[in-house]
Amino acid sequence: MEFAELIKTPRVDGVILHRPFMPTVEGTLCLTGHHLILSSRQDNAEELWLLHSNIDSIEKRFVGSLGSIIVKCKDLRVIQLDIPGMEECFNIASSVEALSTLDILSLMYPFFYRPMFEVIEDGWNSFLPEDAFKDLETMTDEWRLSDVNKDCTVCPSYPPLVAVPKDVDDDTLRKVATFRHSGRFPVLSYYHKKNGMVMMRAGQPLTGTNGRRCKEDEKLINATLRPGKRGYIIDTRTINLAQQAKARGGGFESEGYVESIKSNILQESLIKLVEASNWQTHVKEILTTACLAAQCIDREGASVLVHGTEGTDSTLQVTSLAQIILDPACRTIRGFQGLVEREWLQAGHPFHHRCAQSAFSNSKPRQEAPVFLLFLDCVWQILRQFPCSFEFSESFLVLVFDHAYASQFGTFLGNSTAERAKLSLPEKTVSLWSWVNRPQELERLTNPLYEANSLVIWPSVAPQSLLLWEGVFLRWNRSSKCLDEAYEEMVHIIEYNKELQNKVNSLRRQLAQLETEDPLLQTLE
Amino acid sequence: MEHIRTPKVENVRLLDRSSGQRKASTGTLYLSATHTIFIENNPDTRKETWVLHSMVSSVERPPTIPAGSQLILRCKDFLVFQILIPQERDCLDIHTSLVRLSRPEKYSELYCLSFNPNVNKVEREESWNFIDIMADFKRMGVPNNLWVATAANSEYRVCDTYPSQLFVPKSATSAIFVGSSRFRSRGRFPALSYFHQDTLAAVCRCSQPLSGFSGRCQEDEMMLQVLMKSNPGSDHIYVVDTRPKLNAMANRAAGKGYENEDHYTNIKLQFIGIENIHVMRSSQQKVIDVGEMRSPSMTDFLYGLENSGWLKHIKAILDAGLFIARAVADEGVSVLVHCSDGWDRTAQACSVASILLDPYYRTIKGLMVLIERDWVSFGHKFSHRYAHLDGDPKEVSPVIDQFLECVWQLSEQFPCAFEFNERFLIAIHTHIYSCQYGTFLGNCQKERRDMRLYERSHSVWPQLWKDRAEYTNPLYKDKLSQSPGFLRPNTTPYCFKMWKGLYNHVEKSTHPLQSPADFLSAVKEESQQLEEELTNHQEVPPGGTAHHHPLGSRQGILNTKTPP
Repeated sequence: MEFAELIKTPRVDGVILHRPFMPTVEGTLCLTGHHLILSSRQDNAEELWLLHSNIDSIEKRFVGSLGSIIVKCKDLRVIQLDIPGMEECFNIASSVEALSTLDILSLMYPFFYRPMFEVIEDGWNSFLPEDAFKDLETMTDEWRLSDVNKDCTVCPSYPPLVAVPKDVDDDTLRKVATFRHSGRFPVLSYYHKKNGMVMMRAGQPLTGTNGRRCKEDEKLINATLRPGKRGYIIDTRTINLAQQAKARGGGFESEGYVESIKSNILQESLIKLVEASNWQTHVKEILTTACLAAQCIDREGASVLVHGTEGTDSTLQVTSLAQIILDPACRTIRGFQGLVEREWLQAGHPFHHRCAQSAFSNSKPRQEAPVFLLFLDCVWQILRQFPCSFEFSESFLVLVFDHAYASQFGTFLGNSTAERAKLSLPEKTVSLWSWVNRPQELERLTNPLYEANSLVIWPSVAPQSLLLWEGVFLRWNRSSKCLDEAYEEMVHIIEYNKELQNKVNSLRRQLAQLETEDPLLQTLE
Repeated sequence: MEHIRTPKVENVRLLDRSSGQRKASTGTLYLSATHTIFIENNPDTRKETWVLHSMVSSVERPPTIPAGSQLILRCKDFLVFQILIPQERDCLDIHTSLVRLSRPEKYSELYCLSFNPNVNKVEREESWNFIDIMADFKRMGVPNNLWVATAANSEYRVCDTYPSQLFVPKSATSAIFVGSSRFRSRGRFPALSYFHQDTLAAVCRCSQPLSGFSGRCQEDEMMLQVLMKSNPGSDHIYVVDTRPKLNAMANRAAGKGYENEDHYTNIKLQFIGIENIHVMRSSQQKVIDVGEMRSPSMTDFLYGLENSGWLKHIKAILDAGLFIARAVADEGVSVLVHCSDGWDRTAQACSVASILLDPYYRTIKGLMVLIERDWVSFGHKFSHRYAHLDGDPKEVSPVIDQFLECVWQLSEQFPCAFEFNERFLIAIHTHIYSCQYGTFLGNCQKERRDMRLYERSHSVWPQLWKDRAEYTNPLYKDKLSQSPGFLRPNTTPYCFKMWKGLYNHVEKSTHPLQSPADFLSAVKEESQQLEEELTNHQEVPPGGTAHHHPLGSRQGILNTKTPP
């Protein structure tokens, strides 16, 4: 298929672009296979480049022969284009509609994008499961890396390599997989170095109405527990009951699981959620559950198994947030990338399905849900409460959000490791991390207030402490000038301090040197 | 002391509810003439809690429980203390004493008038000269050939709630403004609040006209005319009535009301819709209740906040200030502001407009000057609104709280525009209620003069100035480097947030979270020390004594750094 077939009018002159809090721009509108471009074709004038995949919905309006299209984007930006001529307007609108709803992965922009920067480190190889396991091996020898899923047949949404208890063999894993939703048998999510406790995640057990049990499943869970120790099972669907759903003496309790599968409450329009403030309720609930999991591990010294229904959505929110709370490494730029790789991409969060549409879509939601955005929002809440404990600034989270929905990079394409391998993404596309992990980008994303600290950070989940994430939800509806100015001032204060410290230190060294070199001074003293 | 029956009770349990304290501490409770003091038994901490009697807004006595009798102390700075006293008799005594002590009947019972003022006589006299409003008028270029000082009110005869020194248009004869004052509620005739040097437009204030349905006053009409003429660049003035139009119309039935545009030439009347003190009082109570909720759900919290209407009222006040500032700076048109008596909503709107227009009022000293001018000097019923004395509860209303909150909301939108931080605003708030200093006593200048306040107490401003390091915003960029003099806030409803620093003490202490501002202040302070050291090194010849300031003075600022 050629993109040209979809582009009815490639170019229109005299188009006026309206954006809130920005001056209007008049220029030429061009449509390419992947972009909507508006350029005033004047020097130093700003151009608009919009990925079709970023467009969530478009509306047409006509006043006389002047048509307008209102483009609503997945990053929550809304722009208006005034297009002279009815026919042109119609053509542009229908072309954009067709191009932005193309659901053929191999035609996505990342397959066509060629980087204009030097790749220092290929992000596709930066966070491999085997490397993560090497780190684990330095701390404990109770785990092994199983390749039971090497053909992705035991669990299609798992990566080929997963960490499981050493004493559990592959046959047992295969049997457990039949007892868990989508074959998602319990695997290691996080090892808490401080006390050796672990967090596991899985799909829900298929106990059915008659309380079916699975010997192997119980064996696997037991293998994660220390003798005589208790563990916790957190079912993300029934947050209030989570505390009660304890596994006693390492056993496996079935109560609470027979409950019928609840429809995913997150599948509502985003703006509606924000408006109805249900969004904030979700933020509070997810954070509360993550704190609960972290508390079990750190405070009570117990291991935890987290699951929801499939184990690909709320489960991942909880396990990844618990790690942000517990593990200082996850609060660095690189550590956070590793967390997103491990707990979201490799763990099989269906990014392609979940991010196909966003807040403004008119079509009925099928599998779209802002699960990942909700996670990022929770991270931002913790970042806001501990502004000195994160190596990255808010802009990094916003960047990850943007790229999860529409990107020139292949990182968030597909629904699982298996799908990504099938598309040959590592060979054919560039990783977002290749771009981020360059000095000039890292500098831009670094939090000037960061001071590494190795402690567990406990966020407040009181409603008073949780705010609307303005950086995302109001990004296009406010002028950021004064906030940017404040940020620059903050950077300036800290940079200046560092500069002075260097100067003083070098002076002190000189002075010390002078004192030792000058015997006269020594005698004088 | 005659009100204290039991000065000391042992084995009392105290719970600081507002700070989220979960376990009560045991200790001894003392009542002094000015404070309730609680000292913990724990020999390691011996923590002391002091509550000034004038800060107590209510003392409740819930039913006795087996462990003893309870008292709940609610304070004007929104702190709440729960006290458990073993013997009911003691509890009754304490209750009776506190009820009396927290509601002084005479000014002389207040803290600032309860000690000998002549111990620091010189300091006392100087404290009242620290803020000079006349110098500020001079700073804005007044008097000039458009505005002149008048001595007509020097003995408070024209208007007893106005200050002795006022500025009026040069062509306004005393016959005109004295006539106008007879036609205005409580004699509060149009006078200058702020003069904008760039456009020559002015912000003036007064009270509502006594027009009723058809009343007219030639002098008042002339007053507005000369007011317009004192601004050579424009052919009309705005009359901003800060009340909702319906309220203003209702006032006509009582022989008051608003200017009839048919009678006054060249005026444009604008209603803003700030609600009255009674609406504001009950609205704030709802916000306090929201802050006091124990483990509310997200919905409870947001619904409670929305339902209070508080942020809507803050927005209305900011909108009023913005309207005035725009008229003056953008259109170059003078504005006359009034409400009913011209001492609540008018003070709010005028002072917010000044903050928006002039960077000087965004400095620590400037805010003091502004409050002194638009609130203290122009007459605002501090003693009634903030319940300094036992009086009519219907007169109480958080009028200046709202002004301080407007400033806070602005500082959130413009993080580099204000020299002071949130702590400064909260400190002012506390002093307005506590009466530890004489600054906010009484309702107008005349009252203060009559009670010889300047001889009997100190002004608060020098004290706050002394502590200014603690009140400084590290991100402040002074007005020279700051591009716009005129702040243009976004006043869409989603830009307003709950002021947690004032209303919600819970977050502060259960979670001592990191504060970027404190961190930056410490960094700046360290930089200053380094700068000094650098100069020392450069000045001192090799071998001389160079000062080695220890690095890392900001250790301990980050709470996460100290192990739990």
